[in-house]
Amino acid sequence: MILVWLILLLIGCGFLAWLTGRWSDILPRVISLTGVFIQLIIIVSLLLEHKQGSQWIISYAHAWIPFFGIQIKVAADGLSLLMLLLTSFLGLLSILVSWKEINKKVGFFHFNLMFVLAGITGVFISLDLFLFYFSWEVMLIPMYFLISIWGNEKRTYAAYKFFLFTQASGLLMFLSILGLYFIHGHNTGTYTFDYEQLLGTKMSTQTAFILMLGFVIAFIVKLSTVPFHSWLPDAHTQAPTAGSVILAGLLLKTGAYGLIRFVLPLFPQASHQFAPIAMTLGVISILYGAKLAFAQTDLKRLIAYISVSHMGFILLGIYAFNEIAMQGVVMQMIAHGISTGALFIIAGALHERIHTRDMEQMGGLWTKVPKMGALALIFIMGSLGLPGLGNFIAEILILIGSFFADKALTIIATLGLIASTIYALRIMQKVFYGKEEKKWVIADLGFREMAIMLSLTIVIIWLGLFPNCILKVSKSPVQKIIESTNRVFDVQENVVSQRIIIKN
Amino acid sequence: MSIQDIISLLPMILLAGGMLLTMILIAAKRSHIVAFISTLVIFTISFVAIFFIIATTPHLIGELFIIDRFGLYYQGLILIAAFVITIFSYISLKKFFPNKRKEEYYLLLMLATLGAAMVVISTHFISFFVSLEILTVSLYTLISYYREREKAIEAGLKYLVLAAMSSSFLLFGMALIYTISGTMSFSSLSILSSNVTIDATIMLVAGIVMMVVGIGFKLALVPFHMWAPDVYEGASSPVTSFIATVSKGAVVAVLLRFFIMADLYRYEKIMLVFTIIAIVTMLIGNLLALMQNNVKRILAYSSIAHLGYLLVAFIAGKAMGVEAATFYITIYVVTILGAFGIITLVSQSDNEAADIENYKSLFWRKPLLATAFTVFLLSLAGIPLTAGFMGKYFLLAAGLGKGEWALAFTLVISSVIGLYYYLRVIVTMMKQDEDTAIVGTAPVFSVIGISLVTILGILIVAIGVCPQWLVNVVSKL
Repeated sequence: MILVWLILLLIGCGFLAWLTGRWSDILPRVISLTGVFIQLIIIVSLLLEHKQGSQWIISYAHAWIPFFGIQIKVAADGLSLLMLLLTSFLGLLSILVSWKEINKKVGFFHFNLMFVLAGITGVFISLDLFLFYFSWEVMLIPMYFLISIWGNEKRTYAAYKFFLFTQASGLLMFLSILGLYFIHGHNTGTYTFDYEQLLGTKMSTQTAFILMLGFVIAFIVKLSTVPFHSWLPDAHTQAPTAGSVILAGLLLKTGAYGLIRFVLPLFPQASHQFAPIAMTLGVISILYGAKLAFAQTDLKRLIAYISVSHMGFILLGIYAFNEIAMQGVVMQMIAHGISTGALFIIAGALHERIHTRDMEQMGGLWTKVPKMGALALIFIMGSLGLPGLGNFIAEILILIGSFFADKALTIIATLGLIASTIYALRIMQKVFYGKEEKKWVIADLGFREMAIMLSLTIVIIWLGLFPNCILKVSKSPVQKIIESTNRVFDVQENVVSQRIIIKN
Repeated sequence: MSIQDIISLLPMILLAGGMLLTMILIAAKRSHIVAFISTLVIFTISFVAIFFIIATTPHLIGELFIIDRFGLYYQGLILIAAFVITIFSYISLKKFFPNKRKEEYYLLLMLATLGAAMVVISTHFISFFVSLEILTVSLYTLISYYREREKAIEAGLKYLVLAAMSSSFLLFGMALIYTISGTMSFSSLSILSSNVTIDATIMLVAGIVMMVVGIGFKLALVPFHMWAPDVYEGASSPVTSFIATVSKGAVVAVLLRFFIMADLYRYEKIMLVFTIIAIVTMLIGNLLALMQNNVKRILAYSSIAHLGYLLVAFIAGKAMGVEAATFYITIYVVTILGAFGIITLVSQSDNEAADIENYKSLFWRKPLLATAFTVFLLSLAGIPLTAGFMGKYFLLAAGLGKGEWALAFTLVISSVIGLYYYLRVIVTMMKQDEDTAIVGTAPVFSVIGISLVTILGILIVAIGVCPQWLVNVVSKL
């Protein structure tokens, strides 16, 4: 039940924020902050008291629309809890970063923000496919509003694009869900959307593949895999800072989470068939994203393409079907959320001060804003995968894991690390070093911004130095998913990779 | 006619009697408010009467009518819709109509409602046709009731010509069917037509197709949709919502009844015709809506598309189709009533708030109205948390349950297209502009109207979050 309360808490705070927004600008911020903070505390306490063992740490089920076999079935395992932790942490930060940035319609802004977070929370804990799709769609509308009302100059276009891409792909997934529902119903006579019952539904290889494609398209559009990535740079660039943080930090992760939680266990065999294509797409995303990132002059756009590139690693890792790679994926989801979120916050802070995102007009800012520069350096190093920071652990695990699955592709993917060095250093060079293009007179990070950035810094270093804290929690769910995916299938390579287990 | 017959028809008799009473009231003293209140009271009484006869269903009145739960449900829906439309009509008449001869409008509205309510319980060609004509003829006048407006006259004439033509198609179809079968009642068709010669079957099918053309006009299915945008635009918003909800809902009900009682699902050719019509309607309706700048026209094309969606459930037939169609039409009625209610409330001039520019920055001027409008549009688009999503889900479930993948796929694709123009209206409302001067004064404040729209909006969200009760009601019909 506490999981349902998490969602209701956010929605309740959202409505309250909207209401109080009529009278005051500060109340909605405080209310939302409190709401998300309570969520964070609940999740941390759940994480601390959880023990290894049973599959679900906490679960709850209640009939919703019994006529169709739809339930409100929510449950969380280590993976969900980690994702929820990321959600509430980034949620907290996104409220803080918009403290000064958002000055109009504050109440409605926070209403939308809380609704997005509620939707994302729903996605991470739903175990009923209908409920999952419901939450999946619920997070779109408020995100659309966030971009189209508080965004930058081309916000309407970006919001449209974001919405149509995700909605169209989501509906395909919905068709697949219905297909699965009916096939299972025909087979067994019970029509249900229950994830655990739908596992292991018998169907022909071809049907399974088509149904899987519906899911996969929805998820890789969210994951912004090439060739479905084109909504992402626009949406990220035009969204307000909080929107960018949530988009990059959380929304992209819902795609990865969907692949891990739903596609692999529901369609194990079809996933194995699809693996070569998926891994190739992943590698293309890594390299193409990196190449495009290098060509950008708009700072936020550049960071957006970094996301495309990093999400490629996730796709590569998921379809390697072994524990190491999958653990790397979990790590990457968290580390990327932190590091890219931080970069967007810095870009937002710069934009607030000099009202441009054009890197040609920046340069030599280090002397003006040394604190910002130093912190940016940390996260840029994070993005290029410097050892000691979270991203390094993630990428190295993914590469080790996928090496067992496909050597050639992994070697090509490794080139992405070199490319990332180039684009990442270019940010530093263009923005903070180099010749001073204009005589900007700007203030360094204030107390609030320093608090945000320092908390992110602590987390990214902690992730890099003590990755086991995360890997320990995600170990058992990841093992279960990998097992259930590989059980149906015995490819020799996979047998090899089964033997390789992370030494804790 | 037995006593039981009369009791079963009580809601309709009350409606007809009440209409006459109102006529006398108007003759005694012309007063807009009196006519308005009397109309509301009559609709309420008639609606309450439905609950008294629900226990005695099903009851047959000869071959002409059947009073069953299905029919009563639709009658109730029609009466509620008419009730809401009356309130919006009052607001619209008060704002825009010259201060004379407002009262007859309510008589026509009641007459049209009576026609629609009789259509849904018809089981015979004669009762079907007569009721339909009562509905249609009242609509001719209602559409062109605002005689000072040129577009209203044009729309009325257009509707008159096309509806008359479609009626003749309908009649011709009925005649052909009668030639072969020698019967005009729906149910006897199912027995007769199984043992006829091939030639006769061809004629029978031709007759049914003729009827489909006639019904297609009433429902504005592609390719019989040309009248819809012009009539929607020309008529005043309450009348438009009447056409879109009451008139279409009634025809959908009788179509379902006709096909199920006469068991026409066995003619694969006819179902193929419907499948093609459904696919074209969904796509064309949504595609044409993309190019519109007039909100009423957008809603007109959107309602064309929605009837296309509805056909998916209709084609699915007995399995889950009837429930799905009824569920969907209920939600559609609520949504469209709300949407046109908002247009009525936002309107400030004779042209009504038809142009999309009138909605610019509405979100910041009238947050409540704009939020409600957003909810209605999202419901039409079928986004979760609104009833429209549950409706669409029900349709897809019905379609896929029957294995109609092509239809389901088209439904999904065209919903995505549809999303674009709904979003366009929403985006326009969100725009924050300095030059709000185009819009002029703030919308006329109308407490009843706004609270009504709010209630409809809340209803949409309520059904969107917990649809179980409505599903229960619908599945027990």
